[in-house]
Amino acid sequence: MRAPFVPHTEAEVAEMLAFLGLSSLDDLFAAVPAAVRLAGGLDLPDHRSEADVTERLFELGEKNKPVGRSLVCFAGAGAYDHEVPAVVRSLASRSEFVTAYTPYQPEVSQGVLQAVFEYQTMVARLSGLEIANGSLYDGAAALMEGVNLAVAATGSSRVLLSTGVNPRWREVLATFSHGPGHDLVELPLRDGYTDFSAAGDEPAGAVVVAFPNYLGCLDDLRGARELADRTGARLLACYDPVASGLLRSPGSLGADVAVGEGQPLGVALSFGGPYLGLFSCRSKDVRRLPGRLVGETLDSEGRLSYVTTLRAREQDIRRERASSNVCTNQTLMAVTAAIQLGWLGTEGLQQVAIGSARAARYAKEALLRIDEVEAATAAPGFREFALRLPVEAELAVERLVEEGYLAGVAVREGYEGTDLEGTLLVAATERRTRQEIDGFAASLEKAIR
Amino acid sequence: MSSERVSLVPAAGGRALSAPLMGHEPEPTLFDLSMTGRRSASFRTSDLPEWGPEELVPPELLAESPVALPEVSERDLVGHFTRLSHRQYSVDLGAYPLGSCTMKYNPKVCDEAAAARHFAAVHPAAPPSCTQGWLEVLVELEEMLCEITGMAAATLQPAAGAAGELTGLLLMRRYHEAAGEERHRVIIPDSAHGTNPASVTLGGYEVTTVGTNERGGVDLEALRAVLDTDVAGIMLTNPNTLGLFEEEIVEIAAAVHQVGGLLYYDGANLNAILGVVRPGDMGFDIVHLNLHKTFATPHGGGGPGAGPVAVSERLAELLPGPRPVRLADGTFSWERPSRSIGRLHSWHGNALVLLRAWTYLRLHGADGLREVAEIAVLNANWLKERLRGSYDIAYDRTVMHECVVSAKSLADETGLRALDVAKRLLELGFHAPTVYFPLIVKEALMIEPTETESPQTLAALGQALELIAREARQEGDASSARAAPRTTPVRRVDEARAARHLVATYDQRR
Repeated sequence: MRAPFVPHTEAEVAEMLAFLGLSSLDDLFAAVPAAVRLAGGLDLPDHRSEADVTERLFELGEKNKPVGRSLVCFAGAGAYDHEVPAVVRSLASRSEFVTAYTPYQPEVSQGVLQAVFEYQTMVARLSGLEIANGSLYDGAAALMEGVNLAVAATGSSRVLLSTGVNPRWREVLATFSHGPGHDLVELPLRDGYTDFSAAGDEPAGAVVVAFPNYLGCLDDLRGARELADRTGARLLACYDPVASGLLRSPGSLGADVAVGEGQPLGVALSFGGPYLGLFSCRSKDVRRLPGRLVGETLDSEGRLSYVTTLRAREQDIRRERASSNVCTNQTLMAVTAAIQLGWLGTEGLQQVAIGSARAARYAKEALLRIDEVEAATAAPGFREFALRLPVEAELAVERLVEEGYLAGVAVREGYEGTDLEGTLLVAATERRTRQEIDGFAASLEKAIR
Repeated sequence: MSSERVSLVPAAGGRALSAPLMGHEPEPTLFDLSMTGRRSASFRTSDLPEWGPEELVPPELLAESPVALPEVSERDLVGHFTRLSHRQYSVDLGAYPLGSCTMKYNPKVCDEAAAARHFAAVHPAAPPSCTQGWLEVLVELEEMLCEITGMAAATLQPAAGAAGELTGLLLMRRYHEAAGEERHRVIIPDSAHGTNPASVTLGGYEVTTVGTNERGGVDLEALRAVLDTDVAGIMLTNPNTLGLFEEEIVEIAAAVHQVGGLLYYDGANLNAILGVVRPGDMGFDIVHLNLHKTFATPHGGGGPGAGPVAVSERLAELLPGPRPVRLADGTFSWERPSRSIGRLHSWHGNALVLLRAWTYLRLHGADGLREVAEIAVLNANWLKERLRGSYDIAYDRTVMHECVVSAKSLADETGLRALDVAKRLLELGFHAPTVYFPLIVKEALMIEPTETESPQTLAALGQALELIAREARQEGDASSARAAPRTTPVRRVDEARAARHLVATYDQRR
């Protein structure tokens, strides 16, 4: 057999064909019109052994530079180098979780269902809102679904969008808004805060602000709440789940919907995926909630059990009248996040948040001592900040890779023509030490000369 | 073939009757296990100044009280999630014949590739000088997917099949807009997956449904009747959700193209035709693939998946960007297509899922993929024939990767419904097939064994399904199966109660 995981012997294949009254495997495809059949097979190499493919993977892997001791990570921009312990990787890679399907048969899916129920509880608490779903693809998808919810709930497709929101998420929102035809109005940043003066008082469906925002600044959610009240909009906050270990939750600051990137909750950097989109809302909007929701119920013997619920919202039942098309989401990442939050506990989450904020403050002060390096924003931040350098940010990043530091992320797309374009976005987490930060500052000083 | 062969004798290996379940009590939640002050977490020693919260952020933004999370020891954490894992069916435990889900074996080497630091610890915003290996994987994967589908270019950004569908519809919209045309409708057969019509709506189009003919294919005359220049395109799954190949696909493609519409291929069932026929050669313009189905990336209990979209030459410049590209000097970088519809993902797609698929494709190659399709189709047809007499065959033709049978006669004779069959099958050690789908077959059981289940497992599954039907018919009542499942961690759950008294968090418990 050429397919490595096909168990059939040739004799068995022959016996099965005989049972079907067929003489060859080709006979199975008689319904495929001859005119379109592939002659000569696919133009790909033939099968290879696991050992051969693994060698090739090593070779390709060696062409990457992962973060670690030889490339200390100061990059963030939505993907952060937080502590992930062995126990989280070990439990999250249990094959019962990894190789299960969506829990359509709850009687044999209680493991995943209960883990997601626990995840929903923790995300609801982090966001300060009552309801959280079982995850979406990523932060950008959560934003897109949040805007769809707000537009459907208010009947207004005008969306007031802070440019403090992650520029890649804004682009994803713009891409998907082309279908339903949302009217996106971008609100500029001043000193790291959203300038609401351009928004006007016309009715709107959503006000979207990030807290902290892409530049790391603690934007003005209260001002956003006032704007939402004036315009009849839902307030969507893009939040950082780690920040909830230190800062007020988006719900307590007035958000109706909170969306976020869940990667900081136990997910490796993974070259950007799979991550998970965090999504929470108030109870009043639960029937417009996108994605899967696990609820509690009883079995026929009165035992506590779990099941996906409010299924009538979903695409397989509502079809063209569904407000979201989500089917497969990121359940394994939600289970991972639940395990990580269980490992952290109340105090551990605080330690991550405070440790990150300390490292960010120390790093910012160290870097600002370098001549011609300036802060790009004045607003207070959390664990990330933007710097104006005397050289191109991309050039500084390249030079510092040679010195063993991933210096940050150049701010460019989504900020073209603003005073933020070309700045360097630097992040620090609780994993950064004084020695690493001092070394980074010394290397940056050399690199920009 | 010797008649003494016993190869198709049912074997216990593919089912989970020996799964070690210690009891039937509910597992407490992690919140119930919490004890204030207990802890697991520890961190690097940073030697940084120990600034207090009020020295780090403005005091008015500080949380008034900490977010309450479970406080458990590492040992309790391991116990809890390990016990939960024992309350979960999975491919690794036994056969998972869910129709349309392609729950084949997930190779371990693919998981190991995705866990390797040199891939998993790469930052998504690192400059291309740090990510040459990743970019090469992505470019090669795009190239392989294009060859398999017969397309010119692809995007790897969509995170799941439904995201791929929406991407395809936005490409369709942009294509027509670029031609200065405003079209409003997309055609979908009545056998389609629910994501199709939902995606059409989100893509800003209206759904026009077209019926199924007596052979289980698209009703070509009905299709011609609804085709005009208002039609942006058609979404087809081929083989369709009945497990049947669209015999008139060439005529369908010609008819849709004649009015200027595009053909969208829903790749949910691509497993059946790998290396046999390609969507591009059938006339499709846009294809999405489900890597978590066809290329065996694990489904994770409901994701992560990956739903790349491949397109024909005339749509290539509209693809989302940035795309990974191979430069003339043999190195790799990112590039935005000139008329891109824009980004679809925060970063580059579900990269570690893409890496698993790359690994799967390299292991299989052209010859292995062709065999995957052949054996998947052989298994489905064998099972369909095995079930003849016990269940109704919905459309009696050679099927592709899955077969749809119906419990309609069984229900009429005995009261036993498809749902009861599914629940009784759980007791017999198998995951249930998809039930009540496709919607056009009453009491449908949609069964997809996949190529990685052995003939013996298949025989055991056939025997179990036959037994369920025979029990009901011989005993003249269906009470036994109606009481199923009795051996699972919980018995039938009250779904209506869950919706009526919504408790979706621990804090909503009263």
